Order: sequence, then C-alpha cells, then structure tokens
Amino acid sequence: MSNQAPLLELKNIKKDFFGNQVLEDINLTLKAGEVLGLVGENGAGKSTLMKILFGMTEIRDTGGYGGDVLLNGQKVSFNSPFDALEAGIGMVHQEFSLIPGFTATDNILLNREPQKKSAVSEVFGDRLNTLDRREMKRLSEEAIEKMGVRIEGSMQISDMPVGHKQFTEIARELSKEQLRLLILDEPTAVLTEQEAEALLDSIRGMSKRGIAVIFITHRLQEILNVCDKVAVMRDGVLVKDVPAAETNVTEITRWMVGRNVEGMAEDQRQAVGGEVVMSIRKLWVDMPGEIVRNVNLDVRRGEILGIGGLAGQGKLGIPNGVMGLYPAGGSVTFDGAQIPLNQPRKCLDSQLAFVSEDRRGVGLLLDESLEWNIAFPAMQIHGRFLKSKLGGAVKWRDDRAIREVTAKYIDELQIKCTSSKQKAKELSGGNQQKVCLAKAFALEPKFLFVSEPTRGIDVGAKALVLEALEKFNREKGITIVMISSELEELRQICDRIAIVSGGRIAGILPASCSSEEFGALMVSSVV
Amino acid sequence: MNTNNKPASRKLLGFLGNNAVPIMFILIIVICLPMSGFSTTFLLNEIVTRLSRNAFLILSLLIPIMAGMGLNFGMTLGAMAAEIALIFTSDWQIWGIPGIVLAMIMSIPISAVLGLVCGKLLNAAKGREMITSYIISFFMNGVYQLVVLYMMGSIIPIIHNNIKLPRGYGVRASVDLTRIRKSLDNVLAVNIAGVKIPVMTLLIIAAMCLIIVWFRRTKLGQDMRAVGQDMEVARASGIDVERTRIISIVISTVLAGLGMVIYLQNMGDMATYSSHSQIGMFCIAALLVGGASVDRASIGNVFLGVILFHTMFILAPRAGAVITGNEVIGEYFRVFVSYGVITVALVMYETKKRRAKAGMGAQLEAAQREEEGR
Amino acid sequence: MSEYVRENERTLADRVRHTLKNFGLPRLIIAAFLLLMFIVAPFTGVNFWGQITNVLNRFSWNAVLVLAMVPMVHSGCGLNFGLPVGIIAGLLGATLSIEWGFAGPLSFVMAIVIATPFALIFGVAYGWLLNKIKGGEMMIATYVGFSVVSFFCMMWLVLPYKKPDMAWGFEGTGLRTTFPVDKYYGGVLSNFLRIDLGRLVIPTGALLFFALLAVMIWAFLHTKTGTAMTAVGSNPTFARAAGINVDRIRMLSVVMSTWLAAVGILVYEQGFGFVQLYNAPFNMALPAVSAILIGGATANKASITNVIIGTILFQGMVTMTPTVMNGLINLDISEVLRVVVSNGMILYALTRRTEATR
Repeated sequence: MSNQAPLLELKNIKKDFFGNQVLEDINLTLKAGEVLGLVGENGAGKSTLMKILFGMTEIRDTGGYGGDVLLNGQKVSFNSPFDALEAGIGMVHQEFSLIPGFTATDNILLNREPQKKSAVSEVFGDRLNTLDRREMKRLSEEAIEKMGVRIEGSMQISDMPVGHKQFTEIARELSKEQLRLLILDEPTAVLTEQEAEALLDSIRGMSKRGIAVIFITHRLQEILNVCDKVAVMRDGVLVKDVPAAETNVTEITRWMVGRNVEGMAEDQRQAVGGEVVMSIRKLWVDMPGEIVRNVNLDVRRGEILGIGGLAGQGKLGIPNGVMGLYPAGGSVTFDGAQIPLNQPRKCLDSQLAFVSEDRRGVGLLLDESLEWNIAFPAMQIHGRFLKSKLGGAVKWRDDRAIREVTAKYIDELQIKCTSSKQKAKELSGGNQQKVCLAKAFALEPKFLFVSEPTRGIDVGAKALVLEALEKFNREKGITIVMISSELEELRQICDRIAIVSGGRIAGILPASCSSEEFGALMVSSVV
Repeated sequence: MNTNNKPASRKLLGFLGNNAVPIMFILIIVICLPMSGFSTTFLLNEIVTRLSRNAFLILSLLIPIMAGMGLNFGMTLGAMAAEIALIFTSDWQIWGIPGIVLAMIMSIPISAVLGLVCGKLLNAAKGREMITSYIISFFMNGVYQLVVLYMMGSIIPIIHNNIKLPRGYGVRASVDLTRIRKSLDNVLAVNIAGVKIPVMTLLIIAAMCLIIVWFRRTKLGQDMRAVGQDMEVARASGIDVERTRIISIVISTVLAGLGMVIYLQNMGDMATYSSHSQIGMFCIAALLVGGASVDRASIGNVFLGVILFHTMFILAPRAGAVITGNEVIGEYFRVFVSYGVITVALVMYETKKRRAKAGMGAQLEAAQREEEGR
Repeated sequence: MSEYVRENERTLADRVRHTLKNFGLPRLIIAAFLLLMFIVAPFTGVNFWGQITNVLNRFSWNAVLVLAMVPMVHSGCGLNFGLPVGIIAGLLGATLSIEWGFAGPLSFVMAIVIATPFALIFGVAYGWLLNKIKGGEMMIATYVGFSVVSFFCMMWLVLPYKKPDMAWGFEGTGLRTTFPVDKYYGGVLSNFLRIDLGRLVIPTGALLFFALLAVMIWAFLHTKTGTAMTAVGSNPTFARAAGINVDRIRMLSVVMSTWLAAVGILVYEQGFGFVQLYNAPFNMALPAVSAILIGGATANKASITNVIIGTILFQGMVTMTPTVMNGLINLDISEVLRVVVSNGMILYALTRRTEATR
C-alpha cells in the first residue's frame, strides 16, 4: 500500500486569469483513504484549484493551467467534468445540482439509471429502454447505506429539508462505482449541528473504504475532528500543509489571514468624532445567500467603517437591506430621522448613496452611455441636469449639463473611454467600477455605502478606486461604509472594521488590530 | 379545537384555487344545460364524437409540457403536414382505411422535418418558447400557403381538377374527404342506446394513452422530465439538453399530424387554408380546461378537458340564443372563453413562478422575534 | 466649446457605423427587395408615382399604430402584442362618437376624446396585469388582446347602438362588421392640406398628425420621466436602485401605448374609409410588431426612426409587391410573402441570442 504512488499528486500547479496570478506553485499529495481539510479565505484560490482538479471547462477557456495533476502516478488532463468523473473524482458543489421534482433515488442515479431493453428500444435506440425501477431502488439504497446517513429514497427533493438535499448529492457521488476521490465544497454550511456530525461520521466511513476526501469548510473545528491533514491557502499560495493532529484552530486562523503587515496606514487617525450618524437596530435582510440576522450597528460621522467577513455570511446583505434592494426589517435612523426600509427612494432622498457589488446587474445601464449612467440617479432624485420648459410644466433633460458633469468625473477618476457617449458595457471592469463611483459621487451624498468596490478589477484600478474613496471621505467629510471580502484592503483605508459572521456582527475592531484577531471573528459563528 | 378546522378549510380553498378553471366550466355547463333543451342522447352522441375527434390531437401536447417547453402552439405544424398528406391521398384517390393509413404514414416525415425546424428555433429562444412557437405557427402557415396555393399543380404534380383551382395550379379552398369520412370511426362501431361509439378510434386513443404512460417510464421520458425541471442540472449530469428538447417537439408534431388525420376523417371535409389555423388554440384551451397548467398536464386532464370544453361548445350557441335571441353570440362566447381560459392559465403560471421566489422574510423576522423572547 | 464639437463628430461617425452594424441582414434584404421593386416597377407598366402615393397613404394610415409600440418597448414591457386592447378603446370612441350624432371633422375629434377615458381604463388594467407577470409579457399580452377582442365581439352585438349607418336593421341587434365613415371622419386628416400633383398625391394632414404625435413621444422621452422610462427598460434593477418606482413607470408606458393604439386605429379608419369591428382587430398587432422590428427596433430598444423606416419598408412591401408581381409574372404571391416576411421578422427577433431576456 505505502509503496504505491499516492492517489493524487499536484505538482507546481499554476493558474492565471489574463495575467492575474491566482495560483502559484501548488504542491499537494493525497493517499487513498486520506481526508484533507482545505481552508482559506474567499479568493485564496481554493475553488480555482478544485476547478482544475475537476476539469471545469472555464479553466480551459481561460488558457488552461500550468503544472501537472497525477492520479495514481499517471499524468491526467481532464477536458470536462465528465472525464474527471470517469477517472473517479466526484464533487459536491455548494449549489444543489438536483432536480426538484424527482425523488432522491431518481437524483442519485440521474442519467445513470439502470435500464431494461425492450423490442422497441432494439429498433429505436437505447433511449427508449425502460428504467429498471427495482434496480434503481437497490442501487440508491446501497449508496445511502455507504454514506451511513439515513435518507428516504422515495422522497421528492422539493419536500426535503435542506440537509437531506446535501446528503442526496453525496449519495449520488458515492453511487458511482469508480469513485476514489470526493471533493466536498463547504458541505456543512447548510446542515444542522446534528446533520453535520452525521456527515463527519460519513466522511470517516468513506475514508475506511479507501475513498480519499477533500473537505473544504470554514468550520475549523470540523477539520480538526475529521481530517488527517490540513492545507491552508492564502492569496493563491499553499502556505501550510500539516497533519491535523499537530495544529489547532488559532494557528490555522493565523495562517489563513496572516499577511505580512506592510505599509499599514501609518496615518491612523484617532477614532473620529464619536457622534453616531447612522444607527441600525435589529436589522434582518432576506438576501439570498447573504442573509442578515438581528444586526445592530452604529456608524460615526466622518469615519470609514469597514464591514468584512467570509462570503455568504451576510456582509453584503447589510447595505442591500438598508438601501431597500432586498426585503428587510428592523429600524435604521440616519441623522436622527427614521429611514423607512424597502423603499430605495426614501434612502436616496435622505442623501444616502450605494455602490452595489453587482456592477452589471444593479450598478449600470449597460446599454446606455456613460453620461446616462453617471447622471441618471442625480437627475431623478435631486432634479439636477434638468431644464424647466413651458413654465415648469415640463422637465427637459439638459444634455449639455450631463455631458459636462460626465467629463468632470471621467477626468477626476481617470475613466478610460472613447467618449462620454460610449456604452457602459464596452468598458473594462475597473472603469465600470469608476463609473459606478462617479454615479454615487454625482448624487452628492452625505453617506455612502460601497460594496466590494475592488472585486474583479486590476491592481491599478484598485488603487485608484480606494484612493478616490479615501479622498471623498477626507476632503468632503462624507461618511463611508465599505464592504469588502479583502481584509487587507479594509485595513488600508478604514478606521474601524466590523466583521460579520453567520449573519450577525461578530465584533468591531480598530483597523490596527492584528489579522489573527479579525480571522478569529470571521470564523466565530460561521453558518 | 379550531386547529383541525383551519387546515381543512385552507385545503378546500387550495383545491378550489388549483382547479378554478374546471370548476368554472362545470358551473357554466350546469347553467347552460337546461336552457339548451338538448336531449341526453343527442348530447352524449356529440360528446363521444368530439372526444374521438379531438382527444388524439390534445394528447400530442403532453410531451413538450413534460420537457418544460410549455404549451406547444407549434402543433399546428403537424396539422399542416396531415393536410398536405391528405391532399395527396385524395388526389391519388386512395380512400377508406388505406387512405387514412397512407395519409398518416405520409404525414410523419413532413411533421418530423417541421418539428425539427421548430425544435431548433425553440432552442434558440429558451424561456420564450410559447410566444416563439406561436409565431412559428403563423410563419409556417405562410410557407404552407406558398406550397399549397402556388406550388401544388405547378411544381408539385396534382392530377385531378376537382382538387386544383380552376386557374390550373393551387389547391381549392376545400378538399372533399367524403370517401374517407368516418371510415375509421365506423370500424367496429357499436350503438348503445342510440349513442354511436366509434370503437376503433377510441381504441387507437387508448393505445396512445398507454404509449404515453410507457414513454414516461423510459430513459428518454426520464431525461425529458429532468430537462423540463432544470436544464442546467440535466446538462451537468450529461444529458444532451438541446437534443432532448428537439425530440420532444418532433414527437409532439408527429402526433399532432396523426391526430389531425383522425380529426379530418371524422369531419369528412377539409378547409385547406383554415382547418389548421384554429386547431392549436382549441386543443390548448381544452387541455387547460381539463385542469392542466403550463408546466403540468396529465392524460386525465386531456379527457376531462375534452368533455368539459366541448360540452360548453355545444351548449353555448343554444344558451346564447335563449338568453339574447341571437345564436351568433354563443359562438363569440365560446371563442371568448377559449381565449380567456388560455389567458387565465398563462397568468396563473407566471404569478405562481413569481410567488415561489418570495417568502423567506417572514421566516427571518419570526426567528429573530423568537430569539429575543428567549 | 470646440472640444464638444469634435466629440460630436466622432460620435456621429460612431453612430453611423453602429447603425450599419445593427441594421441586420433581414432588414437589408427587405430594403433591397423594396428598392428592386421600385426599379422594376416602371418596366412592368405600373404607375410609379401612383405606387409612391400608395405607399405614402398606407404609411399615413399605419404609422401611429406602429408608434404605439414605442412606449412599452422603452419601459421593457416588450413588443406590444396586446395592441388590440387599445384598438378596442379606439373603436369604442369611433362608434360612440357616431352614435351620439357627431359628424365631419368634429366626429374625429370627439372619437379621440371619447376613446381617451376608455384607453386610460383599459391601459391601467392591462398595465396592472403586466406588472404582475413581469418576464412573461409578450405571450400574455397576445392572449389578453385576443380575450378583449372576443369579448367585444359579443359587446358589439349586445350594446344598444341605434344609428342606422352602423347597426343592423332597425331593431338594433348589434353593429355591422364593416361600415363606411365617409359621412363622418373619412379622409379628415388625409384630405387636410392635401397636395395633389396629379400623379403624386400627398396626404399632408395625416402625415402632419403622425409627425405631431411622434414629436410628442420624442419630447416625452427627453423629459425626466421619459428618461426614467428608458432606464427602466434598459435595466429595471438599476432603476429601482435609483429610486424609481418601476411598476408605475411601466404602467404609464402601457397607458401611453394603449392610448396611441386607440388614436392609431382612428387614424387608420379615416384613411381606409371604413370601421372594421368584430374579428378585425385580431389581425392588427402582428403587422405593427413586425413593422417596428423591420425598422430596426429590438425587444427593448425602439426609436421614432425605427417607426418611420419600419412602416415605410413594411407598407412599401405590402403595396408594391402585388402590383409589381402581377405586372411581372401575373402571379400574386404578395399575401403569402407578407405573412412569411412579417412573421419571419418577429421570429428572427425572438430567436436572436443577443436579445437575452433582460
């Protein structure tokens, strides 16, 4: 056994997306039956690594990867997930890949149903074979048995509690004869404590059967409970690869977030003023995937408050809920006045502004000119860029004023475009983000929410955007709440940083605190 | 005490809501029935005739619904194929059962090709299948006219002058099918208490139902249901989504073609340029009246629908005449009802889709309140 | 200042290139076909100027109906397959105006006046429904249109119209299928300021009336609310995030489209010379939809230019083909051609991948 080549070997795996290096020299080995816990912040490169392993087409579409993947000592290169499945790699994704109206059995054997030939299918081809229901039942029960968690094979997916959906997916992978390596991408995120415990048992069972498991999770204790070894990734680099028995939660947390603290804002200002300008009480937000529960938060006048946390924990839900884009409840007061929720107009009227994380979906009119994009909210909310005609009866769009203000922001934010008439969809991500900022600035707000302002844009644009925000805050005294997945970025420009975990505020720390302290908060009550 | 009562009443409301359309139709029929003054025998005869005439056509709609492509307004294409086949068999003067069988066989390749085109177009318009199939039926109607009105007799040989227009090419507005009229219906026909039962036709319909039941249990049927519910998941599991969708439309079109031959042999007369144009609308309306929706339809819906819809069809003109003294109004009424039913079904489908997405907020608020209470 | 001028030039060139790119193959074919017709026409002995007059006339009858597409397309409600809803409001206006004894040009004005409240009511109800079923507008609009038309088929029979010019017989058992309006508003616009150059006749009044409405729509789209409407159509989520009440804007667009359809059918009737009731409105939506698509509109972008180009191309095709074809090969396939081309155009728009469902 020990003499054999390891089941999986990754050698010098590299990957860049259009020059943006996301994985650097990853080396990793995994023996049959071994359980590996893979941890790292969002954007650390875990998903990209798994996508390479699973042969996802988007890897090939973006120029492939460097280095070798070896299975049982043989170099492999998958063209599609189907090749990976063929080779015995199974993956359970975060999003459910189940047919809602089918039973668990139907889903477990989806497109791999045992069939019976008939006279008709001899003539018209195999797709007219009838399904062998009895055999299907047997196989699915066998897979469920293997998993060790009881789920009802005849139950329809849409009637199942969410945990059972997860188990159905796992059973589907286990029902594949050739399965040798199973990748579980945050499987416990949707499970109750009991279910999670059952899953861990099930993982141990798989390991005994010789199936290797890669277990991705933010719940570090689970990793220590079930894994043989832990691999920690940060910024596309595998920073640690140690046996689980030799480490602990604190250490792992430090490896996850601990960067060399360089160039930390030296001009740390003293905590600003102290006067509370916005206070959020008992806020809940129903934003799918970013649910917020019972959040209380005070924002002080003139500060830049950062909101950080892992993806899916609810940090994005806060601005979207306050600004009325997703159903929300609770109370928000701004400058002493109550702000009604679920009414975007009321927030904007109170001179709040929001730069959404969803640039293309919410932030921009992709088919319209930059002029329209930048001037539209200010026109509609504050009646700027309008000329009154016919004694005020008609509010006519003042195209020249719009052009002038657009030119001003193109200049100020260095937006690269052919003209102010260019369509927003033709710009690069970074420039689109600048347009979104310009749109918010043009509203001349007193208070600005900025959500993931640097997501998916290049380094140069990133610096410019952050600089612009900082300038907007320092020069005009505008209060800014910035939401970002990148802790370093928050620490660079924020005064205080609130960390959201499990839909709640886990704690608020000054930006000068150490990465470890933030990291501990991030994983404190992950769901 | 009340807790038991509440769900029951809600269940009843839910039942009424889900079956609003059939219930409304039963009410209309109950009101119109005494006013019409028709005899039971007459009514039963009419209903049996219309059931045997239409059921097969409506069955052709089931498979695209299963594949998640909605109501196939493109079934008209199959009807056109059947009409072209019947023009040829009439021209070759092959009558009776051989004529019907030949027409059916000839309609199959034409339907299949039209279905293939339709399926490909619908794959390019995912999420807008219904409006697209609706427009395709109009578009193909133009092509049909081009073929039948200009090419038949000039490019495509047509022998007999009673089929050709006097100008020498093109097919007359009406093709006489007297000599195949009811030849299928008359096979094994029995008469029970004055009601003529076309046993052979009903047997064919029954066989079709069995085939559909069997089809649902095949691999292809399973794939279609998977594709219908979630295209992405189906694709990820290796099912060829596009191909499966095309197959479903081809099957539907071919079945519609066969159904149209059955329909026309019963009528015994074919309006060359209009027989097919309303058929889609009436079949879809009948299916919906039977309680089907855009994403769910059963064989039971087909039969309940045919009976309810066509009873209304028979009764409406007479009832209209009694109420307003004008027979025409009843005819307009049944057209209105057909459109109305389709509209209501489409609206219900769309609103249901929307409602399914909302509803998490209340849960969150409740959880929060509970937490505070603790 | 000069900077702006240069910028304008560049964008003009951009715009030309863009328009050409967006023109699309089907449009090019139709335009080329029409051009060919005009070139061939004189050789077939067809009266060239007579044909131009024909096209101008048909343009003046139909343009307003096509214009009725614009507001709904702008607000993202898609192509208005529910045009008949507005047409019914127009027909109510027409019949009531005649019934109440108005005559001559006044009957036209009164028809519009009477149609307006109906258009508003229908539009609000129709808009409310479309707001409930966002994303499924086109199919439902089609069937709402059909339902309304078939409902009014009954109403035309039942409503107590008495005027002998319109009603069947003397007992007043409903309205006729078709009746002439020459005693009322027939030609009231077309004959106003009509320019008669012998072979070429220009229906100035009708063209001016269309121009008036077109300018009104153009102006509206330049106001604050009009800008909001375009934004709602372009990206409803963006508009909502910018504090726009999306449902209200959509409702407004539906009401506008419905009213324009009501006026459009009256304009059509004054040119055509007859009022057509019962099943006639069924067939009004598809030609208008396909005309604006031929003019270069897409399911969520449409301009006045699209309306003008589209109506000319579509009506040109409809009027030119039969005469030219007849003169050429003594074969009239124009009806078939019209069906294939107009529905083919809609099909093209529906199946183009770039026109994703927002």
